[in-house]
This record gives sequence, structure tokens and C-alpha cells, in this order.
Amino acid sequence: MRLTRRDALALGLGATAASFLPLRAVASAEEAIAAFTGGVEPAEGGVTLNAPEIAENGNTVPVSVEAPGATAIILIATGNPQPGVATFNFGPLAGAQSAATRIRLAGTQEVIAIAKMADGGFARASRVVKVTIGGCGG
Amino acid sequence: MAASAIAGASGFGNWARLAARQALTQEQLLEFDTFGNVTLLHVTDMHAQLKPVYFREPEINLGVGAQKGLVPHVTGAEYRRMYGIEDGSPLHYALTWDDFTALARAYGRIGGVDRAATAIKAIRAERPGAIVLDGGDTWQGSYSALKTGGADMVRVMNALGVDAMTAHWEFTLGIDRVTEIVDNELDFPFLGANIFDKEWDEPAYEPYRMFERGGARVAVIGQAFPYMPVANPGWMFPGLSFGIRQERMAEVVAEVRAAGADCVVLLSHNGFDVDRKLAARVDGIDVILTGHTHDALPEPVQVNNTFLIASGSHGKFISRIDLDIRDGEMKGIRHKLIPLFADVIAPDPEMAALVRKERAPFAAEMGEVIGRTSSLLYRRGNFNGTWDDLICNALLEEREADIALSPGFRWGASVLPDSEITREDIFNATAMSYPAAYRTEMTGEMLTLILEDVADNLFNPDPYYQQGGDMVRVGGMGYTIDINKPQGERISDMTLLRTGERIDPAKTYVVAGWASVNQGTEGPAIWDVVESYIRRKGTVSVEPNTSVKVVGA
Repeated sequence: MRLTRRDALALGLGATAASFLPLRAVASAEEAIAAFTGGVEPAEGGVTLNAPEIAENGNTVPVSVEAPGATAIILIATGNPQPGVATFNFGPLAGAQSAATRIRLAGTQEVIAIAKMADGGFARASRVVKVTIGGCGG
Repeated sequence: MAASAIAGASGFGNWARLAARQALTQEQLLEFDTFGNVTLLHVTDMHAQLKPVYFREPEINLGVGAQKGLVPHVTGAEYRRMYGIEDGSPLHYALTWDDFTALARAYGRIGGVDRAATAIKAIRAERPGAIVLDGGDTWQGSYSALKTGGADMVRVMNALGVDAMTAHWEFTLGIDRVTEIVDNELDFPFLGANIFDKEWDEPAYEPYRMFERGGARVAVIGQAFPYMPVANPGWMFPGLSFGIRQERMAEVVAEVRAAGADCVVLLSHNGFDVDRKLAARVDGIDVILTGHTHDALPEPVQVNNTFLIASGSHGKFISRIDLDIRDGEMKGIRHKLIPLFADVIAPDPEMAALVRKERAPFAAEMGEVIGRTSSLLYRRGNFNGTWDDLICNALLEEREADIALSPGFRWGASVLPDSEITREDIFNATAMSYPAAYRTEMTGEMLTLILEDVADNLFNPDPYYQQGGDMVRVGGMGYTIDINKPQGERISDMTLLRTGERIDPAKTYVVAGWASVNQGTEGPAIWDVVESYIRRKGTVSVEPNTSVKVVGA
């Protein structure tokens, strides 16, 4: 339950950043997606996004993506100041179209994965990852 | 198969108590039309209660979103009507909150591992090989468990003949102690399919154990509390990662089916709503033995082909589940939630002797009378209960604070009004490994952030985002909560009770609390703060708390 004032300040700033920025952040998340898809509307399904529902540590959140038959997967953290997290490209010799990484999340937000398929189509998956103070479960 | 109600039992004292004993018998409580070929026995969330307890079930236990109005979010008279439980009956007392004091005086305490041992021995006599499963929160919650690092509970659960367990508060003993117990002291497997080594992202504990019983193969998969490092101090087990890990659960179910399981049982510490969602998302689980949220239900809840069992807490109940498993699948289920009325079920002599032995080294300290209470002290409920009101009052006065915070733990036995408060009673509500009562300054903005954060852990409409505790208890400050709003909009009207003034986001307040998950928190142990307060008062009384207003229930 207890936070130091420094933590409180950091959290407060994070929350402020998230609540002040959504328009710009979402816009730039959308821009990043549009740049990746060229404006093609992605289908739901075909890409799997694995992330915890509640982050154990918002500074290093394990995220993995998989999309059989994809040539590339882009990972977007919609609530981060820089929403574009990574783009994974898979060559024709790639054994599996999957990748795992750890990302930092500024606060509770939606994480999106979009896969570019070999046939030119796109697939989308998303998950809300909650970043919490915690400490009161019981 | 509900235990029969007795006619006309109400009121106080020995007369009603004798009536209770005459009308209710051990045979009735354990009566069961043995069924199928496999029996499961489930205990969970005992919180180290070796002896029978008083434990008042919640008055307020709200469900939001799709869970609204569904069990376990039904309490009191509505619960009794739902299950056909007669007012004033033993099950009224065991399962609902109202008239608690009068009924407690009539029916006495419930639970005790010596009574559980009697039930288990009787059931195993007619169904040898009945599988006894412990859902965790077993090694924490009492004076003796705290002083022995859970060793008393480990010896008792070994003697009880437990076949497997999973965990939550166990990890708050620290990873070194857990490893020592699991490797050297525990006679049965410690299961957790969702516990991973953080560095290598590999399973850290045995995910399941296969049992061969009655010609069938029963896989028992363990699922530890998913939000261990979020709700409890992660620094105490720094190398471990948890989480719900639904995909992992689907993989383990497929793995045990491929290994020949005819029946799949999930021994879970997810919490009821999380398990209900999991059952709808992951196929192939026959029975989920739920835990963590301390719900007791007299009937299973069916989700698709999965049956959810809720066995209560603090050792009050044991669930018996008989299964008919043939031709590679579960064909039928029969269930009974057995309340262990301590005045009705005879203690098992061997277990009673072991409990005496475990408690003997601490008997003098535990038995010391610190003061008296004129109020019923209880904890359970979504918002402030009288135990935490007492703790908050102690924090406000002893630590000279404006506002006090007490965590929304669901464990803690009740104390009846007009009775002594012993040191053991105080530890039953506070015994844990990070007890420092801090005193710090927080802005009004920070306090709002905390209340909003905890409220979302309880009232997020998606159960996967809930952590299974109750709302943080607050002393010295009132507030209004709209449980149906999103995070950031639920809390309003925060008021400093001392002055009646609104909490100012920019102003700084002195806040005292306990159970911080931050490493290095300083302050006296909460039990010392509470003991000092009760000693000073002599007799404590807790006024009805009207400072939390709930909207949207």
C-alpha cells in the first residue's frame, strides 16, 4: 500500500502523462499502424498476442507475438509517449513467425499487435495490460 | 444434501446450544450417499487456524459486470432463499452474516483441524484413497504459524494426509523458507502450473500430479495465486513470475489428457470469478476447486462441462466431491459442503494431541488477555469491517495520524461482543511477515490514486483484472464509491472526518498504515500498535461505520 513520495510523484506524473496525451498518443499509434498497413483494415484473428493482464513490473512487461505465415509483426503500446515498440520481420527461411520481448509501459493501456501476412492481408490482436500500485490483495 | 435445519433454535446461551447439539449430529453432517469411483476432499484458505473459530461471512460482497447478482455475490437472506436455507438454522449461521452473534452463541465455533481429521478419516474409511487437496493460504494467519515459519501447519497438513496443495501467502514466508519446506518438510507435492522462473521463463514448480484411483486416472493441476508479486511483496520471491496464463493452462490440460487423464481437476487459488471465466475459456477441466476469495457455496456452479466448488475459509468447511469416472471421462458428480461444527463433530484424538503439541510452546503468550471488546469484531466484507475499524482507530491514535489505511485482506477470525481479546485474537487478524506500521505523508491526490487503484482491483468488470482482495479500509476519512464507473471515476466526496473538510488534492496529510509491499518499510509491528491501543482502552467498542457510501450496488 505504501508509496514513497518519489514513487507517488512518478506515478502521478505517469497518470498525468497518460491522461493528457491520449489524443496525441492514440493518433500517433494510429499513424504507426497506418504506416504499417498502408490503410488496409486488419482482420481480427490470425495473430496471437501474449501479455499479462496485470503487469508484475510495468518497467519490464513480457510480451510475445506469433502469426503463422506472417512476413512482419508490429507491436504498439498505445499509451506510451512513443507507441511504436518494435517491428519484427520474418524472412522466407524463418522457422516460425514468432517473437518475444520485454517492454516498458507508462501505465495501464492497450497493447496491439498487427501482422502483415504473405498474401498482403493484415491481422490484429490486442490486450489491455494494467499497471497497478498493488499491495492490497488478500 | 444440505445439513438439516433444527426447528425453533434461536436466542442465547446454553439452552439453544444444547438444542443445537441434540438436533445436529456428526452422522448427519457427514452423511453422504457414496457415489461413483473417486472421492475428492477439498480444504482451502485455512489461514493457519488449527482451532475452531468464529468467522462471520460477508454482508457486502458485490459483483460487477457479468458477475452482478451471481454467486458468490449473493449474501444474507437472499443467499438463504437461493439455497433454501431456513432462517436461524445451522447453515444460516455457517454461511451468512446476519444475526451472527446470537447464532454464534447458539451453535458455537466451527472448524479445527482435529474435526477435519475426524471427517477425513470417516470418509476415507468408506472410500479408501479419497484425494485430499489443499488450495493454499495454509501456512500464514496465526501466532504459531508466524513464529514457526509455517512449520506447525506443515506438520499438521502432513498428518492430515493431504495429497497435494497450491499456494498464495505461503510465498510471503520468503522463497528460501518455501524451498526448504517443499524440498525437505512437505510429504506431498506443491503444485503451481502458473509459477515460472523469471530469468529463464521456465516452469518453476511441478504443474500437476496424476492419481490412479478406482480404476481411473485423475490429473490434479495446481494454479497458484496469479497476482503474487503485485498484491504481496515481490521482493520476498524475486525470481518468480506468476499470472493467470490462460494459454499455459490450456496446454497443461492438453498435456494431462495426452498422458491419459480420465478426469482433470484444477486445484486453484485464482479466486471464484477468475475461475468462472477460465472455465468458460479453457475446455477439458472437469472440476475446479476454487480458493482465494473465501466463498462457501452449498452447490457446485456449472460452466459448460466444468463444475466449480467453493469450500470457504478458516477451516470452517470441507467439501466432499464424489465422481463417477468411466470410459475415459467424468460421467457424474455429487457434492456436499460439510460445515465442521466444533460442538457436533468429535475431535480426532491423534490430531487434537498434535495441535496441543504445536501450540504448547506459545500457549502462554497466545492466551494472554489484552483487553475486552463490547463489539463484534469481524473483517470480511468489501468495505470496512469492525476489526479493521479497530485497527484504523489504533493507527490514528497510537501513530498520531490524520488518516489510517488497513489492507483489504479477507482473512481474520471474528471475536464475539462482550468477550476477552487475547493476543492470539490480535494475531489472527494481523499475523504476517511484513507487519511494519508506517507513518508517512501523502497528498490528497495520492490518496485518491490509491483508492482508485484498489477499487479497480476489486470492481474491474473483467475478473482477469481483479486481484481478489477487498477494498482498502480507511480510518479518519470518508468517501463515496460508484462501483460501476471506470478506474479514475469511482471515488468522490473524500472527506477528512476530524474536520468535515473535503480532502484537498494539493494538501499533505499524515497517513498511518501497515502491510506495505515496499522493501525497507519502517515502523512498529501492527500487532504491537493494536495491543498497546487495546491495553490503554481496557474495553474497546467500535461504532457503526457510515463513512463509506456505496453507489451502484
